[in-house]
Formats: sequence, structure tokens, C-alpha cells
Amino acid sequence: MINFTYVRTTTAKAAVGLLAKEKNAKFIAGGTNLVDLMKRGVTAPDRLIDINAVPLKQIELVGNMMHIGALATNTAVAEHELVKLHFPLLSLALQAGASQQLRNAATVGGNMMQRTRCGYFYDTTMPCNKRAPGTGCGAITGYNRMHAIFGGSEQCIAVHPSDMCIALVALDSTVVLSGPKGERKLKFIDFHKLAGTTPDKDNNLLPGEMIIRVEIPTNKLAAHSYYVKVRDRASYAFALVSVAAGLELQGNKIVDVKLAMGGVAHKPWRLLEAETFLKGKMATEANFKSAAQIAMKNAKAYKENAFKLKMAPNTLIEALNLAKSKA
Amino acid sequence: MRDKSLLKEDTDRVDGFDKVTGRAKYFAEYQIPGTTYGVLVPSTITKGKITGIDSKAAERAPGVLAVVSHLNRPVVAGYETGKDQGVPNNMMKIFYTDQISFNGQPIAMVVADTYERAVYAATLVKGTYAKEAFETDFEKNLSKAKAPKNPAQASYLRGTADAYKNAAVQIEASYTLPTETHNPMELHGILANWESADKITVYAKTQGVKATQGTIASTFKLPLTNVQVNSEFVGGGFGMALRTWPLEIAAIIAAKQVNKPVKLVITRDQMFTLAGHRPYAFQKVGLGADKDGQLTGITHEAWGHTATYEDFTENVVSMSKFMYNSANVNTTYKIVPLNVGVPIWMRGPGEATGAFALESAMDEMAHSLDMDPIAFRVKNYTEEDPEKSRPYSSKNLKEAYKMGAEKIGWSKRNNKPGTNKDGNWLVGYGMSTGVFNASRGRASAKGILKSDGTLLLQSAASDIGPGTGTGMVQIAHEVLGIPVSKITFELGDSSFPTAPSQGGSATLSTVGSAVSDVCNALKAKIAEMATQSGLSASAKFVDVLKKNNLPSVEVTMESKGGEEQKKYSMYSFSIHFVQVKVNPLTGVVKVSKIVSVGDSGRIVSPKTARSQMVGGAVGGLGMALTEETVMDHRFGRYVNNNFADYHVPVHADIPEIEVVFVNKPDPYINPMGAKGMGEIALIGFSAAVANAVFNATGKRIRTLPITPDKILA
Ligand SMILES: Cc1cc2nc3c(=O)[nH]c(=O)nc-3n(C[C@H](O)[C@H](O)[C@H](O)COP(=O)(O)OP(=O)(O)OC[C@H]3O[C@@H](n4cnc5c(N)ncnc54)[C@H](O)[C@@H]3O)c2cc1C
Repeated sequence: MINFTYVRTTTAKAAVGLLAKEKNAKFIAGGTNLVDLMKRGVTAPDRLIDINAVPLKQIELVGNMMHIGALATNTAVAEHELVKLHFPLLSLALQAGASQQLRNAATVGGNMMQRTRCGYFYDTTMPCNKRAPGTGCGAITGYNRMHAIFGGSEQCIAVHPSDMCIALVALDSTVVLSGPKGERKLKFIDFHKLAGTTPDKDNNLLPGEMIIRVEIPTNKLAAHSYYVKVRDRASYAFALVSVAAGLELQGNKIVDVKLAMGGVAHKPWRLLEAETFLKGKMATEANFKSAAQIAMKNAKAYKENAFKLKMAPNTLIEALNLAKSKA
Repeated sequence: MRDKSLLKEDTDRVDGFDKVTGRAKYFAEYQIPGTTYGVLVPSTITKGKITGIDSKAAERAPGVLAVVSHLNRPVVAGYETGKDQGVPNNMMKIFYTDQISFNGQPIAMVVADTYERAVYAATLVKGTYAKEAFETDFEKNLSKAKAPKNPAQASYLRGTADAYKNAAVQIEASYTLPTETHNPMELHGILANWESADKITVYAKTQGVKATQGTIASTFKLPLTNVQVNSEFVGGGFGMALRTWPLEIAAIIAAKQVNKPVKLVITRDQMFTLAGHRPYAFQKVGLGADKDGQLTGITHEAWGHTATYEDFTENVVSMSKFMYNSANVNTTYKIVPLNVGVPIWMRGPGEATGAFALESAMDEMAHSLDMDPIAFRVKNYTEEDPEKSRPYSSKNLKEAYKMGAEKIGWSKRNNKPGTNKDGNWLVGYGMSTGVFNASRGRASAKGILKSDGTLLLQSAASDIGPGTGTGMVQIAHEVLGIPVSKITFELGDSSFPTAPSQGGSATLSTVGSAVSDVCNALKAKIAEMATQSGLSASAKFVDVLKKNNLPSVEVTMESKGGEEQKKYSMYSFSIHFVQVKVNPLTGVVKVSKIVSVGDSGRIVSPKTARSQMVGGAVGGLGMALTEETVMDHRFGRYVNNNFADYHVPVHADIPEIEVVFVNKPDPYINPMGAKGMGEIALIGFSAAVANAVFNATGKRIRTLPITPDKILA
């Protein structure tokens, strides 16, 4: 048997301390991703540190910051009155993810840390630089329908599969981390990383660190926010392409806009240039189209995912249309 | 809707309570003292030879009893009798040689005292291989297609070949269906227990206890009576449990080796390699018509894949031979051997594959003729079977077209595609026809009337979910007038009177006839006993039994069709209507309404019949929009072999489904006038969706599934 030890903690401090002690230890939260990976032989931690009893489930407004604890479940966040009121984009994105049962168990921290769904990553007999560095990328010349069109590397074209993170990156969130050297903050956009030459690392979390919470600044986008997820079936499928769009409108003028795309890159893909283009312009179909074109600069498709070059800009336009027309 | 007078009592599913409360026991839930657990070790190469199996570490692992492979397995009597003899179907002989024919082929089975220990030990078994070049890419190997040996699938010609090429209006198109995997919820496997050296009991997952009994008996050279097969409940089959798989034989071999009961339940990814799939299919259809829409030629050519080690064939082009009135028809069907596990019939089998092509082409032709698709079909309606030149036993399709068109709101359909909108979404309507052989085979049943007022019926039939027991109880109720609550139908036991496997929509017709005959015989017997013992001929059977001091009276009978089967062509028909909404920006297709019409004789059990049609529509939705088994041909391995990535429809994909039955008895097929309906529920459905998508967008999608990328392409 592949044995591992299991320990429960009740404080973040103890959790971080335990993590530092053992090289091959991992936190377990909802377990919806980690347990699958263990069963498939993709990962084999020596120790599981159960953090579910750590009191990090808060969902509250602190001044003009929304604080969401790393252990708040996806369901709790999606259905929270304050989230629905101030950040409907986050609520919509969460509800577009996985299934109700999974969302009931999945946590904010676990969602951020979930691994890619690339089939080559999951099949231990196949090459995969993310799972086994140096073995090659199965997807680049293989079945890459679900894969990245932005920021890919020679070594890995996997995408980050989260829906929640697309909304969080669009909303200028910050991640609060705790590690052996104390707490630090990281902009959400800098939390996940591109594959580059280290595809085995999904993000910039340092060894021994724990996600404590996410902070989202309040904004005026709530009235015109939309999350569009294009997928192969209506629920319980990962995004082919998804778009989080939030508009602040004065009449038909775009005062502020936040845009991010999912299913297209190794990290949640913020569309800053398209935002800059739209700011101050009118919310017209023509401007949406131009923004979509800008957003697609540097996109690169592979054999099976060329459709994303059309689907991605179209979905951006659809999301902007829906955000705009939302009552 | 249905004619109430035809039906005495509409009943709930007789096993519904047991199923929803978990009382129903499936094969994997049986526990025999001393049970051990088997886990298969799959080959990681696609073709070649096993050069070694290092099982030392596994054998040393805690709890391991054996690592069974071709190197050490016990003698299997049926294996040693020469080439394919003794093993029906040329089934791959498991653990027989060092030969690997497909990726995932089991090279060994680990048996341990617990499942977890067996799972772990299986990871320690290391196979070494001499790899050989392999072929898994269907389209690249089309040139290697061969004609099937089965004469039923020989090429067919009526009139002139390729007559469509001379027609005023012509359609020529190719259609592609990817490999699909059955994916019932219940995983496959078996619990095997040798009671003695030559006597075995198994708890199986099978659509035919008798077929399983026969295969096991011949593989191990045992008398049939020494093989007991139990399979009372089956957690979905969709065709994949219509045969005994080598993995089941593997567990029986292992049980012999360790001399203990062995339970094998395969994993979800093994369901993709070891338990069949719907073969990839490529089809070309040519249709010719005159300006008025009269068909003058139909050409239908189909290719499907099979395994290199066993031929699998199915009826893909049959519908084209008789469905429409065309003087000239030619069809061919060929198979392409690939290094994959062998396919097996899946949901509406080959007929569903063929109907996708033919019914899409019919829609394309109607469009070319600028005719309404229903009017075009009615124009080419056949009152007689043109293939066999004989009448249909019954066919009420014209009425069915009307019923369905009304329910879906066909009048709202615009014959010009891309013109109907709901906000930003394009709206389309599509329809198609489905047809499947309505057969009646040979079956036996036993009926026991008891003095406590109950009736017990037994037959070695199966119930993979359609509600066989429910139907049988209703048939008995109609003949004998006993309340359904006092009738029990037992099945799934190979010691019961013989019944065929549950497939090809034949159970209700075949086993139902046996039940009907047995009940009529019981009725006659009771009447005779009544008069002989001085009671009136219409006396209640309880009173007759009491008067005669008998605890029960019993009849066993075989029942089968007769001359009528030669005089008439017997088919069940369906028509599927769908409304779709298509988002032109994102390519998302939503099926927003479904109406399925069944013309399958008299409806014996309305509730379960409706469920069949609903289930078929859902399976059809999967075929049309979501299901595809993807292989990486560099490795010969499937890349979406799990429930997250192999997309069966979820509730959110399934709209309101309205089911309508013509419900007119067939005068010839069987005593009930009921024709089978499992397959027609799905056959043709995918074409209705593709046709509706065309109507909505003007885009003809000829490769399933219709995923958003194809709409945008
Ligand atoms: C079939 C299926 C479909 C799905 N579909 C979608 C989808 O459509 N969209 C989507 O967005 N997601 C989807 N998911 C993924 C799901 O959202 C994730 O599995 C879930 O969010 C993970 O959360 P968890 O709490 O269960 O994490 P766990 O499985 O417990 O942990 C995952 C990882 O996060 C680490 N971790 C957990 N908490 C912390 C913390 N506080 N600090 C540091 N590290 C931590 C763990 O060590 C582990 O490595 C799907 C999952 C499945 C199984």
C-alpha cells in the first residue's frame, strides 16, 4: 500500500508549521481534486494535513474589501447575499463550475490550487512535463482541443480549469498567504503563473505557504456583470472558453471595465489591453468587436483547438452584450 | 393518447421500490464467505508481445493470493481444443498467449484478500513487451476494409446501382460518427464461485443469463446444469452486457487458481477498453429524386471498425433498403480491423448509426427540393416492404407524423433555414424517422397459481432497466384478471425456463408471449379442473384449488411465432421531433423541446414504455450533442476515459420530453399485439437534432457530436 499519515489542524499557524515539517506533505480541504489525483497515481503525499477545521470560512465586508476565507466552500460563496449583491460575477462564475455536490465540498483555496484537467497529466503512462518534468508534452502534438491559445510554452499548453479564478482575476483581487516567514499578499493576477520552463509549478505559492483568504475591492460593476461559459454540455463540463465581464456604465459610456478569460491559458487570463481600449468609449457592438480583436493578439492555436480563435472573441462579445443588457 | 379500453391496469414499476431504497441487489453487492478480490493489470502497449511479467513484488505484497497470467493459469478445457473451438464468438482467450492486440488488454489479474490490497499490488506488476506497429486510426485505415462474413450484411441491390446519379435532383454526402462508449452507471464484472471442481455459480452483470451460462459452460467444458448464473438486477447495459467478456472468464480462471470466490469489478477507464463500444462509422449516402420529390435511387455505403482479433458487425444500412419507396437501392457495409478492444451493440445499435446518415440525407434532399421534410417522407411512404415484397404487419406512420407535428408545433417551422429567432438565438425544428425490426423469438415461462391467491411467474429473462417484470405482470394481469399486486415475475436466474438475452427490443414480445400463453394455459386448466370438480367453469382459481385440495397448479410452456413471421414484415417505428436554439456567437446548441412518437403496436405498460422513450431520447441527445470517445493514435490510448471528460447528457441538457404513442395493436406479431420499442426510442434521434440545427442555422453538421466548435467552424 502507498501509506500516508493524516493529521487534522485547527489553526492556520499549526497548519503552516506542520507543512514545514514534512517535505512531501499536502493540505487537504474539500478533497475533490486531491483525492482523485492520489487515486490516479498522479500525486502521492506522505502526509495529509486536514485544514477543514481551521476557522477560515468567513465571507464579510471589511471596509471596502470583501474578505473570503480560503475554506469557505464554493457553494457558500456563490450563495452569499453580500457576494450576490456586490460581486455577482463571482457568484455566476462559481455556479458555472463543476456540479452542486462538488461545489458543496470544494473550497476557495482548493479551487485556486486545482490542477489542470489535461488528459496527459492524468494518465501516468503518457508523457507530461507538468506531472513528470522532462518526459515531454503529450498535448502539443496530441489531443489538444481543451488547451491553451495564450501564453503557452514549448513544454506545456495545459490550461487552468477554474471558473472562480476567472472572476477573481477580473475583480482585481488579492491573495493573502501565510508561510513560515509570516503573512504576505500577492495580487491575484500574480498568483498563477505561465508554464514557461517550469510547467510542474502552477503558481507562485512558496513551499510551506497556505492560502488564508482572498480580498476583493468593492466596485461599481455589479449592475453590469456577466460570466459566459461555453462548454460541451450545459453543466458539469470544463470551459472551452469562458469570459468574465464587468462594466460600469454611465448611460452607454463605459466608465470602467474588467475582463478575463478562462480555458485559454495556463493561468486565469486577464484582458488588460482590451479593457484599456474600451475605457471611456461607448458600449457599442463595434467597440466590443474591436476589443475582442485586441484581446486575441498573440493567440496561437494547435491542431485541435483552432476553433478557440473564433470562439474566444465571440464569447467576449457575447459576455459584453449580456453584461451591458443585464437589468 | 392511449386507448384506455386496451388497458386494464396501468402500474408502477414493480421493482421501483427496491431500486430506490437500495434493496435491489446488483452483482457486486453479493457477498460469499471467503470472497477475494481481483484487479486486472492492463497492457500499456497497443500491439506486440509480452516478453515478461515481473510479479515478484506483487506476490510479496500483503494479502496477495495470486498473480494470474498466461504464464501460470490453470487449464481451461475449452481453450485447449484447437483454434476457436469451444469458445463462442471467437472470443479472445484471456491469459492464453503473449500476444497483445490492444492497449489495456489484461496481461494479468492480481487476487488479494481485500480490494484495496489487490489494487495496490496490481500497480506492482510490471510487464515488459516487444512493441509492434499498430493501427487505431479508423479514417487512415479505411482502405483495409473487408466485407463481413455474415451473409445478412452482404451488399444489396434492387434495380440499378447508383441510380441517384441519373436523377434530376441529387444529394451526395458523407457522415461520420465517432466511437462512443456505453458507460452505464454500473461497472462491469462478476463474482465467480466454484462450488466444486466442475460446478460453478456466478453473480454476473448480463443481459442474458442463458447466454452467459452457455459461454461459461463451453469455455470450461461443463454441463449447462453445472453453471448457475444469477443476474437479477442490472445497473444499465445499453448493449454492453449482451455478451460474456474475457474479463469475466479471467475472474473464473482466477477463482479456480486461488480456489476461492473471486469478485472482479473493473474501473471506469477499463469500461472504455474491456467492455465494448459503438464503433466509429463513416457513411456515404447518395439520394436521387425527380422534381416532384419521388425518390429514384438510394445508395448507402457504410464502414465501421472492428477488432483485429474478432469481427463485430451490425446492421447499419438496413433501413435504406425498405424505409422509403425507391425502385433502385444499393447498399454495402464493410468493417475495418483496428487494434482496439472489440465493439459491441450500443443503444439502437447499427440502425441508429445508419439512421443518422439516411435521415440527415433525407432532410438534405427535402431542402434541395424545397419540400417540407414530412411531406417528402409521406411522398415516399411505403405501404408494403419493398425489400421483401410483402406487407407490413402494421404501420401507422402517417398518423404518427401528424401526432408529433402537432405536439412540437411544426407549423411554426420555417422551411428556409436561419430565419427563425428568439432574441439572439436561432431557432430550428427538425424531425426524423426511426425503425427497428419487431421480432418475436422463442421463450419459455413457468406459471404457478397458488391457493393464497397469488401467481408466480418465472423465466430466465433479464431486466436491464426497461421494466421487464412490470410488463410481464401486466400481461399476466390482462389474461387472468389477477390484481398486479398479487403477481410476481422472477427473472435473471439461469435455472428458470429458457429465455433469450435482452437485446434487440425483443423481450416484451418474446417473453411476454410465453407469459401470455402460460397464463392462458393456466386459465384453461383451472376451468377444466373447475368443471371436473363440479364448480362452474368461471369459478375463482383459489376456490378451484381449495376444492381440489391443491396448494398450487403449475404450467411451463414454450412459445414462439409461426407462419405470420414469413408473411409479414414486422417493424416498430418512431418519429422524433426536436426544437433547438443555437447561439450563433458561441456555437452552443440547446435542445429546447422533444416530442417522440412511438408506433410499436399496443402499449402494454404505459409508464415503463414512456420511460423507454424518454431514456432513448436522452441517449439520442448524447449521440447528437456530446458523446465521443477520443483516442490518441500515437499511443493507442483513450484520452477522455472518465465521466468528467466523456460527456453523457446531464439534466441541464435535457428539456421537456413529450412521448406520444399511436397505440394500435399489431394484429399478427404476438398475442398482445405489442411490438418492441427499446431501440426505436433512440434510432433516428441524432438526425432530428442535426436537421433542426440545419433549420436553425443553415449549417449542415455531418460529423457527430454537434459540439459548439462545429457550429462556429
Ligand atoms: C468532475 C469534476 C468537474 C469539475 N468541474 C469544474 C468546473 O467546471 N469548473 C471549476 O472551476 N472547477 C471544476 N472542478 C474542480 C473543483 O472546482 C475543484 O476540485 C475544487 O475547487 C478543489 O477544491 P477542494 O477544496 O476540494 O480542494 P482539494 O482537493 O482539497 O485540494 C486541492 C489542492 O489545493 C491545495 N489546497 C487546498 N486548500 C489550500 C489552502 N488553503 N492553501 C494552500 N493549498 C491548499 C491542496 O493541498 C491540494 O493540492 C471539477 C472537479 C471535478 C472532480
